[in-house]
Amino acid sequence: MDLFEYQARDTFEKHGVPVLGGIVATTPDEARAAAATLLGDEPGVVVVKAQVKTGGRGKAGGVKLARSADDAAEKAAEILGMDIKGHTVHRVMIAAGAQIEQEYYFSLLLDRAERRYLAMCSVEGGMEIEQLAVERPEALARVAVDPRVGIDAAKAAEIVEAAGFPTKTSPQIAAKVAAVLQTLWTVYREEDATLVEVNPLVLTKAGDVVALDGKVTLDANADFRHPEHAELEDKAAADPLEARAKEKDLNYVKLDGEVGIIGNGAGLVMSTLDVVAYAGEAHGGVKPANFLDIGGGASAEVMAAGLDIILTDPQVKSVFVNVFGGITACDAVANGIVAALEILGDEASKPLVVRLDGNNVIEGRRILAAAGHPLVTLADTMDGGADKAAELANV
Amino acid sequence: MAIFLTEASKVIVQGMTGSEGTKHTTRMLASGTQVVGGVNPRKAGTSVEFPGGVQVPVFGTVADAVAATGADVSVVFVPPAFTKAAVIEAVDAGVPLVVIITEGVPVADTAEFFAYAQDKGVRLIGPNCPGLISPGKSNVGIIPADISGPGRIGLVSKSGTLTYQMMYELRDFGFSSAVGIGGDPIIGTTHIDALAAFEADPETDVIVMIGEIGGDAEERAAAFITENVTKPVVGYVAGFTAPEGKTMGHAGAIVSGSSGTAQAKKEALEAAGVKVGRTPSETAALARELLTGA
Repeated sequence: MDLFEYQARDTFEKHGVPVLGGIVATTPDEARAAAATLLGDEPGVVVVKAQVKTGGRGKAGGVKLARSADDAAEKAAEILGMDIKGHTVHRVMIAAGAQIEQEYYFSLLLDRAERRYLAMCSVEGGMEIEQLAVERPEALARVAVDPRVGIDAAKAAEIVEAAGFPTKTSPQIAAKVAAVLQTLWTVYREEDATLVEVNPLVLTKAGDVVALDGKVTLDANADFRHPEHAELEDKAAADPLEARAKEKDLNYVKLDGEVGIIGNGAGLVMSTLDVVAYAGEAHGGVKPANFLDIGGGASAEVMAAGLDIILTDPQVKSVFVNVFGGITACDAVANGIVAALEILGDEASKPLVVRLDGNNVIEGRRILAAAGHPLVTLADTMDGGADKAAELANV
Repeated sequence: MAIFLTEASKVIVQGMTGSEGTKHTTRMLASGTQVVGGVNPRKAGTSVEFPGGVQVPVFGTVADAVAATGADVSVVFVPPAFTKAAVIEAVDAGVPLVVIITEGVPVADTAEFFAYAQDKGVRLIGPNCPGLISPGKSNVGIIPADISGPGRIGLVSKSGTLTYQMMYELRDFGFSSAVGIGGDPIIGTTHIDALAAFEADPETDVIVMIGEIGGDAEERAAAFITENVTKPVVGYVAGFTAPEGKTMGHAGAIVSGSSGTAQAKKEALEAAGVKVGRTPSETAALARELLTGA
């Protein structure tokens, strides 16, 4: 799960990473109050920042300076509701202004190839890091981090040195940055993050090192030891069908097409999407409507829950059930489909193409044939089933 | 021969007394695997009876199991919260191959136990994988043994059911070994490790490699093939139609920006001389051509 900037800021603060004041607001009135809190009685500026999980918000006009509480409310009114790369802005963060002396870059992430962590750091922050990595790769230090050790004092010093901080001429700044990197490791470890990025990490004119903008990605597999992470979820943004699927523990992703897909195993379902899309080329360009992995188990209840989600998607015109019975026996899957159709009754109103193979396939096909449900067509192969489902969706 | 797993492999099951562990131990035994013990500290000294009257002893620790049986493979079925401790215990006990079936292991735990295992020279397979099978010899994990028999194809795949599908498509040829390496961002055995092992295995003639969107493991495998693999390789990549930014089931399966796309992986593999199919059946047909010399 990716966090919003304000959530990343709060998480940083919790673990001792230096940040500036920042308060989230969902209305102009809340923005006014937040700005008043941050400004106090002093004159100054705050920054009104769109909270969206995508880059390029500055260029899109989603970041504006405000010089008073009323000004902050006005700027918030302009930004709230804005569309940035398909993301509607529902929140802004009112952030304290900073006098910036210099901008740096830091991130810590998974290194899949080396199967450890990778710290990236540069004294040239602020710009798009992908651009820096391409144009001036020598300016971006890449330092391996042992997952068992993390960023201790020695590793922090190594990163700072490699990034080109003037450790000899300005040892105090280098030391401050190194200390901040250790607190960012604490965030990474304590929150079970897979990405912690700070861009920019700034040196203020007052000489402080502060994380001005942060990105944090949390590992969903670690949710069991972080019950508090559930509160960070952006339930409003989820597609309603995806939200319902999640409540039922289904692995569902909504897509744009017409052919509903149910399969077992992530790889087989991804492959099914491809095969259906190819088949669709010959049938009016129909495409997969969703990704739904009902897992190895594929019980009747899960099948019913899955079919229920897919059949309530108004875009769906046909459904392709593609199951390879490995551990699960095909007769159990067939019984699941029959039971699911009974449970759904009249709500099941779209044609279903079912392809079963593997463990106990003959009995599985026999059960479906014997049930003789008018909506169900049996397919012998994955390719044949995809073609039939695409044909049925092209109406 | 085959890779990683042979008829001589002696297997212990961590989590054998749990429901998944019991179910799959039954299946492993039925397919001829030498399962020599289970581990559960609370049931040490007992044994579990499996169909056919087979008694499998339960030990209190992996070290005890290894001392008593000479086991050289451990398969892990324990829940995610206990997986790290289970793997480290197996590594400490000197087991050279640890296969982790458990799904949902925090990636930080995997990163830590991988580093630990690497230091001690222990091979890990998984987590979040179906395990591996050398048909007719041994089967460790949850791959159904009856899809296909022994043969001369080596198969390596991130995905479980796609492994089964491909074994089914090529069941008339059979497999030296089929290895499910798992779909997590950090895995113990990579495509490259399996490719190297198949290249060295005299019982493997053709290698089938199944990848999926996310990361750059397939691109790295392609570079490895160019340099190190002389045997013919057929490839398949799932997720051509996956949209950017949506995670497709596996924790690692996500297209982000221009990286991780199926198209980029296909192109990299083809540049390395790998024949890449658009679908499982097309991929199987390519392998079939190579095997029959047609």
